[in-house]
Amino acid sequence: MDFTLSKEHEMARTLFHDFAEKEVKPLAQEVDETEHFPAGTVAKMQKLGFMGIPVPKEYGGQGCDPLTYTMCVEELSKVCGTTGVIVSAHTSLCCDPIQTYGTEEQKQKYLVPLAKGEKLGAFGLTEPGAGTDAQGQQTKAVLEGDEWVLNGSKIFITNGKEADIYVIIAVTGVKEDARGRKKKEISAFIVEKGTPGFSFGTKEKKMGIRGSATYELIFTDCRIPKENLLGQIGKGFGIAMHTLDGGRIGIAAQALGLAEGALERTVEYVKERKQFGRSIGQFQNTQFQLADMATKVKAAQLLVYRAAMAKKTQKVYSVEAAMAKLYAAEVAMEVTTKAVQLHGGYGYTREYDVERMMRDAKITEIYEGTSEVQRMVISGSLLK
Amino acid sequence: MKIVVCVKQVPDTKGGVKFNPDGTLDRSAMLAIMNPDDKAGLEAALRLKDQYGAEVTVVTMGLPKAEEVLREAMAMGADKGVLVTDRVLGGADTWATSQTIAGALRNLEYDLIITGRQAIDGDTAQVGPQISEHLGLPVISYAQNIREVNLEEKYIVVERQYDDRYHVLKAQLPCLLTALAELNEPRYMTPGGIFDAYAKDITVWGRNDLKDVEDSNLGLKGSPTQIAKASDKVRKGAGEKVTLDPAGSADYIVAKLTEKHVI
Repeated sequence: MDFTLSKEHEMARTLFHDFAEKEVKPLAQEVDETEHFPAGTVAKMQKLGFMGIPVPKEYGGQGCDPLTYTMCVEELSKVCGTTGVIVSAHTSLCCDPIQTYGTEEQKQKYLVPLAKGEKLGAFGLTEPGAGTDAQGQQTKAVLEGDEWVLNGSKIFITNGKEADIYVIIAVTGVKEDARGRKKKEISAFIVEKGTPGFSFGTKEKKMGIRGSATYELIFTDCRIPKENLLGQIGKGFGIAMHTLDGGRIGIAAQALGLAEGALERTVEYVKERKQFGRSIGQFQNTQFQLADMATKVKAAQLLVYRAAMAKKTQKVYSVEAAMAKLYAAEVAMEVTTKAVQLHGGYGYTREYDVERMMRDAKITEIYEGTSEVQRMVISGSLLK
Repeated sequence: MKIVVCVKQVPDTKGGVKFNPDGTLDRSAMLAIMNPDDKAGLEAALRLKDQYGAEVTVVTMGLPKAEEVLREAMAMGADKGVLVTDRVLGGADTWATSQTIAGALRNLEYDLIITGRQAIDGDTAQVGPQISEHLGLPVISYAQNIREVNLEEKYIVVERQYDDRYHVLKAQLPCLLTALAELNEPRYMTPGGIFDAYAKDITVWGRNDLKDVEDSNLGLKGSPTQIAKASDKVRKGAGEKVTLDPAGSADYIVAKLTEKHVI
């Protein structure tokens, strides 16, 4: 068992790191403060192929493996959680389902511009009454002639309004199972921004990842072509769950990056900050805290990278992804909180990055499946 | 158009400089990067490739580890990489280095050769012009902007930095340019480019592949330069601070300079 990265992966990390330090870090505080979507940074990332890292070259992507993509989200999130999630939502939640379930025509029409970065992607599953209970979908899609007519709304949609292409989950009917129980038939669709009947509601004001655009999507008699059904009718729930398995690796990478970033800044800070005539890094309490933080960060990294490798080599990787996200998110929350504590009063101010990182970290325990959902997935695999 | 870019892997001096006990650089203890001036030279070549179409070959001389800068250059968009490495070439000064690289370049076709102005580890700015001498090519050093390349009439127009101004020089092709870091902002690699770069073969040449070079001009033995001593920058003390009125300040400075026999 070899835990060293290949030279290619090391060089890719150097690329992501250099880009993050030079292009993303200087804007992170402003992006958070102003809640502005960092469109300029996204444009730069589009040019460098960061928006299609794991997509095959024949579809406009970079043709790299999920680990390379994971490291990109990790390095971006080390300096800016907002930028990390923009790439993650676009890649994992929009490119990936179209790549996996799309027809050749859909891939040419939607995946190619997404992977090239010409178009930004988003994913709509969550509704006011359908969060963790994703089966509680209310948004409906009805086939009328050659068109699907969508009605309903989606909330908390990352990249909302900024994105051009949306993968939307909706109810297409009701079915009886073998025991005569009625079950919703759920399907997936591709919807373009600008389609009549598709509008945006309020923008969420959030605790963290404040530069990421989080919007409500509203569908009012929104008509899309029949061929925009993604995958088969009735397979939408499976598509959504499989998409989230991949998305969780992206969010795990975001959480990992936040934890790593907070640890790095804390190490720098405790060397400089003096109390009682010594740097606070010379106190054993600080040293032990740092040791625990670093150990957990490394453990999280191993789980995240293992999940990324599982996505490459295994057909099903739900448990690996759930473990990676659960652990990395909780480590992110713990490490960023400790980072603030070790920064003392300064850590509570917006002058220091750790304050933002702590706010950014919280969402990683919630979105794309809460920590509780991850525990359900993991225990479900143990008790089946 | 065929462009050859000479690059060097250098220690990243941002993290400080470390020496071996014998005074030479402890390269293993420092991160290695592509020399900044060379990277600007590579970017200039890649822009010419974008504009006119070109095949860009990167050449480096160094330890086998120097392959990394070739991979990086290829991940940025260079087409081919040539690594010149051989034990007998070690310890080369600028003379032996330029002889070695000229010996390698004689095997390649080129319309334009670009080197960096100087490397941040040696700071001599000699290797580029020396290569041009060995190959009998015109050289434009300190290139800060490439204005025009005319492939039909085979000339290039370049701005050469010069103190408070720049010179506009026109040279026939093939010629050699030495590039300044200010020439441009080098592009990033791309993720896919990195994996492609590692999938490609790199040409490795040793002493026997060098053309028309005498052994007496190679390696440590072929290096006329002797390093007497090398040291890190000596840090200056905080100095002396005095607060005086202008007239008093002038008197104080004059007194100090007289005391030290400067004036």
